[in-house]
Amino acid sequence: MRSEPVGWYHPGLVTSPQPPQAPLAERLLAGDKGALARLITWAENADARFADVMRALHPRVGRAWRVGVTGPPGAGKSTLVNEFARYERATKRSLGILAVDPSSPFTGGALLGDRIRMEERTTDPGIYIRSMASRGSHGGLARAAVDACDAMDAFGIEEILLETVGVGQAEYDIVAATDTVLVVLCPGAGDGIQAMKAGILEVADVLVVNKADLAGADRLVLDLEEAVHIREHTKKRPDGAWSVPVVAVSAGKGEHLDLLAGHVARHRAWLEEGRLAAVRRSKRLAHVRQVVEERLDEALWTRGGLAERAGALLDGGRAPYDVVETLVAAILAGDVSSRGAPKP
Amino acid sequence: MNDQKIRVLVAKPGLDGHDRGAKTVASVLRDHGMEVIYTGLHQTPEMIAEAAQQEDVDVVGLSILSGAHMSLFPRVRDELVKRGLGDVLLIGGGIIPGDDVTKLESQGFAKLFGPGTNTEEIAKYVIAEMARRRAATGGRR
Repeated sequence: MRSEPVGWYHPGLVTSPQPPQAPLAERLLAGDKGALARLITWAENADARFADVMRALHPRVGRAWRVGVTGPPGAGKSTLVNEFARYERATKRSLGILAVDPSSPFTGGALLGDRIRMEERTTDPGIYIRSMASRGSHGGLARAAVDACDAMDAFGIEEILLETVGVGQAEYDIVAATDTVLVVLCPGAGDGIQAMKAGILEVADVLVVNKADLAGADRLVLDLEEAVHIREHTKKRPDGAWSVPVVAVSAGKGEHLDLLAGHVARHRAWLEEGRLAAVRRSKRLAHVRQVVEERLDEALWTRGGLAERAGALLDGGRAPYDVVETLVAAILAGDVSSRGAPKP
Repeated sequence: MNDQKIRVLVAKPGLDGHDRGAKTVASVLRDHGMEVIYTGLHQTPEMIAEAAQQEDVDVVGLSILSGAHMSLFPRVRDELVKRGLGDVLLIGGGIIPGDDVTKLESQGFAKLFGPGTNTEEIAKYVIAEMARRRAATGGRR
């Protein structure tokens, strides 16, 4: 029995090699991109079949290296991902790209245009690209994104690039779930103080100054280096702690991607010096907690009738925290159960 | 908690630099709650079908103004079928003469929208057709 999927990087097997009637897990292991695409759809829809498929594939998850790419709109993330994927493909037989864009909070719709910048990668049989809309609230996005990465990982993809617009907690949660986080900035979008704002430095494993050919890039690199220096020298750090490098690239011109790739490889090597298992364990724990919260919310709040009880208490003139105390006490006393049958 | 969105690929096949119509339709479908993937200009049939497969879309909408629809549209359809995507709702729009519309609608294209079509009509058609198809298959993909 082979442990690697054969179809994925096998020329001529890039299209559905099996009739769609075959079980999805089988098609996935045979390297059918269509099966991977459907599995990710199930993840996005919180469809129970996702868990069924992944149960069998669980031993295959954990081999892919996950790189998160985030930064403000217009920093050139999609272009960078496209060029970085091209560069990485010289040494990696397969790459996955997950590009997350916002959904409209008003209509729920989304316009996903990241593929435009990744056009040259579309026809590469060793690359799978998926656009994902951020959809609703409740951190469901982080869950769906991690699930999609797990699906690609199980499929046998070697490296996954996960791109999100760096605004807000949900996006932060997503990139924090990857192994190496790139924060992409560009000159002309604020001074170094902007970069010192909460979140940007903390989440980054590598700081990337894109559009390095533009005026102000050198200044931004210096500002970032200074900010990193201050951050890393104002508190006690363990020996051998990771020092965040700042790298200037010009993704649109394909310049200095080798330097970026070097930093990613160095960060990976640093994690693999006995740190990776613990880091991944805590990230996996966060993911499990996320799903538990989502399930409990649905089971108790919606099906367990907590929403109605809360509404009734509020209508009766009770103060909000009074209502909270009552409901939490009822849950802990086992006085709430998810009555309705689970939805399919 | 099974929340199915309608996912749509809007694509411009061939050598045709006019994508205002495609962008307009993409925006309108988005405003009707759909997740719309737009891939930009100058796409080959292979690129369109490949994107449709990777993105697992429910609908593929082609826009063409170059006059090459009779050669490009059926090739997109062939590439989709080759990838096991014959069940995708395939629609199109652009400057397409009536005779060609009839021919294409007998070759796997569900509906073609000509110049002057009200954009609301396109969105309503997609929503109604997807509802009908999902009801027929029990809503599970």
